[in-house]
Amino acid sequence: MAYVSIADKDHEQHMHDPQSFITKYIWSQDHKVIAIQYALVAIFVGLIAMGLSVMMRLQLGFPEWATFITPEEYYQYVTMHGMIMVIYLLTALFLGGFGNYLIPLQLGARDMVFPYMNMLSFWVYLLSVIVLLISFFIPDGPTGAGWTLYPPQAISEGTPGDGGGIVFMLASLSLFIVAFTMGGLNYVTTVLQARTRGMTLMRMPLSIWGIFVATILGLLAFPALLVAAIMMLLDRVIGTSFFMPAMLTLGETSEFSGGSPILFQHLFWFFGHPEVYIVALPAFGMVSDVLATHARKNIFGYRMMVWAIVGIGALSFVVWAHHMYVSGMNPYFGFFFATTTLIIAVPTALKVYNWVLTLWKGDLRLTVPMLFAIGFIFTFTHGGLTGLFLGNVTVDLPLSDTYFVVGHFHMVMGVSPVLVLFAAIYHWYPKITGRMFNNTLGTIHFWFTLLGTYAIYLPMHYIGFLGVPRRYYANGTMDIVDESVQLQNAGMSVAAIIVALTQLIFLFNMIWSLKYGKKAPGNPWGGTTLEWQTPQTPAAHGNWGENLPEVHRWAYDFSVPGAEKDFTPQNEPASDGVPVGRDHGVNH
Amino acid sequence: MSQDSTISSELSHADGMKGFVKDWSSDKQTFHVPWGKAMMWIFLLSDTFIFTCFLTGYLNVRASTRVEWPNPSEVFALSFGGDPIPLILIAIMTFILITSSGTMAMAVNMGYRKDRAKTASLMLITAAFGAMFVGMQAFEWTKLIIDEGVRPWSNPFGAPQFGAIFFMITGFHGMHVSIGVIYLVVVAMKVLRGDYEKRGYEIVEITGLYWHFVDLVWVFIFAFFYLW
Repeated sequence: MAYVSIADKDHEQHMHDPQSFITKYIWSQDHKVIAIQYALVAIFVGLIAMGLSVMMRLQLGFPEWATFITPEEYYQYVTMHGMIMVIYLLTALFLGGFGNYLIPLQLGARDMVFPYMNMLSFWVYLLSVIVLLISFFIPDGPTGAGWTLYPPQAISEGTPGDGGGIVFMLASLSLFIVAFTMGGLNYVTTVLQARTRGMTLMRMPLSIWGIFVATILGLLAFPALLVAAIMMLLDRVIGTSFFMPAMLTLGETSEFSGGSPILFQHLFWFFGHPEVYIVALPAFGMVSDVLATHARKNIFGYRMMVWAIVGIGALSFVVWAHHMYVSGMNPYFGFFFATTTLIIAVPTALKVYNWVLTLWKGDLRLTVPMLFAIGFIFTFTHGGLTGLFLGNVTVDLPLSDTYFVVGHFHMVMGVSPVLVLFAAIYHWYPKITGRMFNNTLGTIHFWFTLLGTYAIYLPMHYIGFLGVPRRYYANGTMDIVDESVQLQNAGMSVAAIIVALTQLIFLFNMIWSLKYGKKAPGNPWGGTTLEWQTPQTPAAHGNWGENLPEVHRWAYDFSVPGAEKDFTPQNEPASDGVPVGRDHGVNH
Repeated sequence: MSQDSTISSELSHADGMKGFVKDWSSDKQTFHVPWGKAMMWIFLLSDTFIFTCFLTGYLNVRASTRVEWPNPSEVFALSFGGDPIPLILIAIMTFILITSSGTMAMAVNMGYRKDRAKTASLMLITAAFGAMFVGMQAFEWTKLIIDEGVRPWSNPFGAPQFGAIFFMITGFHGMHVSIGVIYLVVVAMKVLRGDYEKRGYEIVEITGLYWHFVDLVWVFIFAFFYLW
């Protein structure tokens, strides 16, 4: 059998089997339960963010009708939608959810290295979400400063939510960073130190590579946001002037003097740009695994895919000021940041080519996760190409703060990672729950979501070219804007509402299948990676039963010539019937 | 067992650069250290970025403020009857903190020799030095706030950011020292109780890593904020 007894004390963790319901499902230290807890909370706040986006679209599409939304509320929706989607949904679901679930299972570990800290990570995350949501219920409501929270506006009087919303927001962000750090330290240490026998770094599935590098980015980038949040809290609460210059507000001179708003922008984007890749890299990794599995082909250029992930991660720390071209900077800096930004396109394009070449002549199985993964290649390429425009200083200046930017980043970092999340949820749903989802509902969900996405975001590029500014209340009805824009806005809003309703199908499918879905086999897709080889489905506490699995090959032995099956699990030793495909983890 | 040898031959060792890459990406462990130690190193790397951001923020604010920056040698001078001696308190604090790093290193040594009593007492001495440091910082804060009227939003010497940065950075560092003191006392007590007899005394070194880091950060704060 594939399981070989390993007499290695250091690697075997001492497992306490949880006894009661509470230790099993509530105060659980099991990485799989923590992953599900993270995922459920993230999806819950994600639904709130989706609701907010529907409200915004109602306002923009039908300004005469949607008068119940005031301009102040509109700004609050913009802010909370952005912040929740980027931080509390995408970061938390990719790393807290899938990171927690996949790392020990795909590496052949029993759990994270420090399960107690992992549990704390979730509870602090929940606390940060609660603090964030409290701001909806205070008199002024949440902050309306825009998701980038630029000072001086963010903490000046007159901005919606200047009473308490901004304080709750900054406190919640700080808590989130504490939670992320506790989880992130676990993920990185587990990947580095707790792999099973035979699992070298170059045999890890790309999902793990993406999550691993993204977590390192997070550990190095979130400090900048923490520092910015602390300094802004001090400005707001005790009246220091880190970010606040002397200014005249509402006819009065403010108490502040001598601060630098640009400093905040630097700190924010030193976090903010790596954050894009904190979300994108796990998506890159997971989509690679989904594509290879459902195309029954090894991933094209595994080694290059790994180096592209590492390279993108490293480059993401030297491009941040491309978000600040209009803030004003020395032209040489603009030149530098434009160059580094465009260089990122090289490893990114390499990845896109490799995904397409993975599909090339594959035995494609258009399952629901595969559909979403292919959809991702489209939206990501589209969003990536518009990124090339915005990366150039001269092109960015006229397009900055228009709907072109909104269209671009929703394509590349909004929709694309979300499509991968759907692909991943469908792909791993049988392993997580032990049930199959409903295929028809999944396919309907896919087509409405993908086509709806284009119906929403393609027109945004056009109205962006027309110069429609973003973040404006009722912008289709202003004099500076073409009349035709209002029609486009209404169209986008209808599409957005349809897409939002489609997500209810997804939710229904997930919940209904939990009880009525077909019982899932242990390895429904014929996957090679270790999580599909667990003795029980869903994996039991401790994941592997008596003995840890042993890895004998890389993660992509699909359709190897001469093999009996069209996939060979990583833990199957080489023998006559099961030759080893391309394996980078060992010397040849 | 035959499969075990298959794996070993798959993972055979190589020389030179290839061997280095192999070792680094070997199965199971990248670094041959306990999990806790690896995690502490990664945490310290992350924490380095926090302090780096604080210090770059400070440099930026100091460069952008339009009011003159106060002279730290004058602000942080103490007089003992005679002429004020510049930075005397800070010098003593720095000396104490660096001494505590010395006692910490000795504790790590004693830990690996499994000398429980000496390890614990050296750790407690380190903690005492740390507590002394925090105490002197409290004295410094009190003096600045009560006697000289320095506030986070204003001060009598010049740029208001001076007080803001001072309280924020030394406060954040002082919090690190305080956490370190608690951490040291807890681990020392467990050492004394014999909790690590079986697991080994790496925990002392891990605690030491944190402590040396806090010490190192202070050197940078001292250099950038007080000396410049």
